Amino acid sequence: MDLLHAIFIDPFAQMIGSPDLLAQTIWEGFVGGVLYSLIALGFVLIFKASGVFNFAQGIMMVFAALTLVGLHEKGVPAWVGLILTIAVMYALAVGIERLVLRPLVNQPDIILFMATFGITYFLIGFGELVFGGNPKSMITKELFLPSGSIDLHILGGRVQLQKLDIAAAAIALIMVAGLALFFQKTRIGRALRAVADDHQAALSVGISLNQIWVIVWFTAGVVALATGIFWGARSDVSFALQVVALKALPVLILGGLTSVPGAIVGGLIIGIGEKLGEFYWGPLLGGGIESWLAYFIALAFLLFRPQGLFGERIIERI
Amino acid sequence: MRGGADVFYREAGQYKTTYAADMAIFPIRQDRYGLALILLIAFVAIPAFGNQFFINTMMIPFLILSLAAIGLNLLTGYTGLLSLGTGAFMGVGAYACYKLETFFPQVNILVWIVASGFVSALVGVAFGLPSLRIKGFYLAVATLAAQFFLEWCFARAPWLVNYNDSGAIEVPSETLFGLPVTGPTATPVTRYLVVLTIVAAMAWIASNIVHGRIGRMWMAVRDMDIAAELIGIRLLRAKLLAFAVSSFYIGVAGALMVFLWLGAAEAEAFNIDLSFQILFMIIIGGLGSIVGAFFGATIIHLLPIALRALPAMVGLSIDAARIDQLTFMITGILIIVFLIAEPHGLARLWQTAKQKLRVWPFPY
Repeated sequence: MDLLHAIFIDPFAQMIGSPDLLAQTIWEGFVGGVLYSLIALGFVLIFKASGVFNFAQGIMMVFAALTLVGLHEKGVPAWVGLILTIAVMYALAVGIERLVLRPLVNQPDIILFMATFGITYFLIGFGELVFGGNPKSMITKELFLPSGSIDLHILGGRVQLQKLDIAAAAIALIMVAGLALFFQKTRIGRALRAVADDHQAALSVGISLNQIWVIVWFTAGVVALATGIFWGARSDVSFALQVVALKALPVLILGGLTSVPGAIVGGLIIGIGEKLGEFYWGPLLGGGIESWLAYFIALAFLLFRPQGLFGERIIERI
Repeated sequence: MRGGADVFYREAGQYKTTYAADMAIFPIRQDRYGLALILLIAFVAIPAFGNQFFINTMMIPFLILSLAAIGLNLLTGYTGLLSLGTGAFMGVGAYACYKLETFFPQVNILVWIVASGFVSALVGVAFGLPSLRIKGFYLAVATLAAQFFLEWCFARAPWLVNYNDSGAIEVPSETLFGLPVTGPTATPVTRYLVVLTIVAAMAWIASNIVHGRIGRMWMAVRDMDIAAELIGIRLLRAKLLAFAVSSFYIGVAGALMVFLWLGAAEAEAFNIDLSFQILFMIIIGGLGSIVGAFFGATIIHLLPIALRALPAMVGLSIDAARIDQLTFMITGILIIVFLIAEPHGLARLWQTAKQKLRVWPFPY
């Protein structure tokens, strides 16, 4: 009985008893979720356009953040550094398309998946070689990111919002809106959607697949840079950060591999669910359940919708 | 010219009079000689001439990782179910073996190594259940649930390590036929021979499984599971059997890894990196090929060791961190190069080479 009480009644009693704590937990989950969404967004962009399950997204994020910080350490002003980093991400996209994707066109998914492991290994080695393996701190001040926090006195208590988190959420929102506009309204966006729908049909109406791939990988690189800046500001910029990318995988399958809104909604569900679970039910199990809870949440959704919440319906033909 | 033809790799003059002979795992006589030669080298030459470093850091891990790769290949290569939980299942084998061993220390260690495979198989079946509904990359991420949950259990359940303070498994000394095989007193050669015997036996069994009815059932499921269901294969049983057998192999590999190679291990040893490493092996080696697992283990495990040793051998002095970074870069490049050169893995390359030899000097 005690156990049932601890699982089903006590956490909810706590939630109602101190709504300020609940609000704080949900806010933290929300910010975490927004950042997961951004990583998942990078995955989705690439998967939609090239069918590649890009394992290197996590390392791209670390690599972008490292380049930015590394350039600043070498005395480059922050704004020039930002532009240079974007240029580096473009060069990376072109390199990957030329050297990896083009020779491997039309291979099974798992081979392309494997190739992105190769990219991951290469980038880990290359990043450490150029910028060193020590953790660095993100240059938040130089990028005019706010610091400090806002205290809200609501719900009979105090809810603390980090200004950095607010900025992260705002920028994520702007990026998502921008990407949605880009996809819907521009010529390149239409071409991207055509490629995502059907590679061969897109080729037949004169869309250059190679060009599209470069654009998509570059976009994913820019998203990775934004994500890297915020994750880097919350902890350190180091290669350990790429583990965070693994957290984006349940987000991805929860939302559906091919859906941009899915990545956003999935990220929020996972982020908030994870924090609530850890805070209210975690102590029952000795804590640390954050490491696997996200996967179980995703698994539970998948059992009812095997293609994810917003994924394209899987139609199987013999 | 029968006698003369034996020199070359071709089967001219080797007549098969029964169906069994035609379906044999090594239908060509030269293959059987080649295998005998490899086994002779592995069982006699390496223990006799190999030094401690070679056996301890290269051969033992190579064999153990190959065994795990065979296990994963049964699941991913033959049945088409992508799994990223290999590291955790190796951990299940290792922790099960440790618990059984410390509960009943008088029982032969080999019995417990095999028994831990069964424990791992049970856990594998439990986590294999979602595979009926979830497919492809979705399933791969679902198996990550197993990976992270089990890893968390290893780190958080003190019962698993008998409440010792270090939180790690420490392998006690055990003997087999009077010789110490585990613990600090066991010599590398003894451990090597035990590992080699188990791996050779299990590779042989795996080869028989995949060439028989079960293997064909799995391959039918891999190629298209709905079609397989239509020709009368029960998907639930086929998929769960694949999970069970695969986890059994992986569990035994995990037990061997801790008991006969590392000697002690923490939960960290079975993290996601290990899962990825094994997955690399089967993709580079060749999906759906037993010999491919060995090729893959060679590339993924032995290649970085060789790369690290290379600068010292040619007289260059580069500091250790730099070598690590270069190793990462070169490994990454080599993975991509191999994939571009032969997306079906080294096993396919090996087959092509054999085919060329068979028809040599003619192109067809």
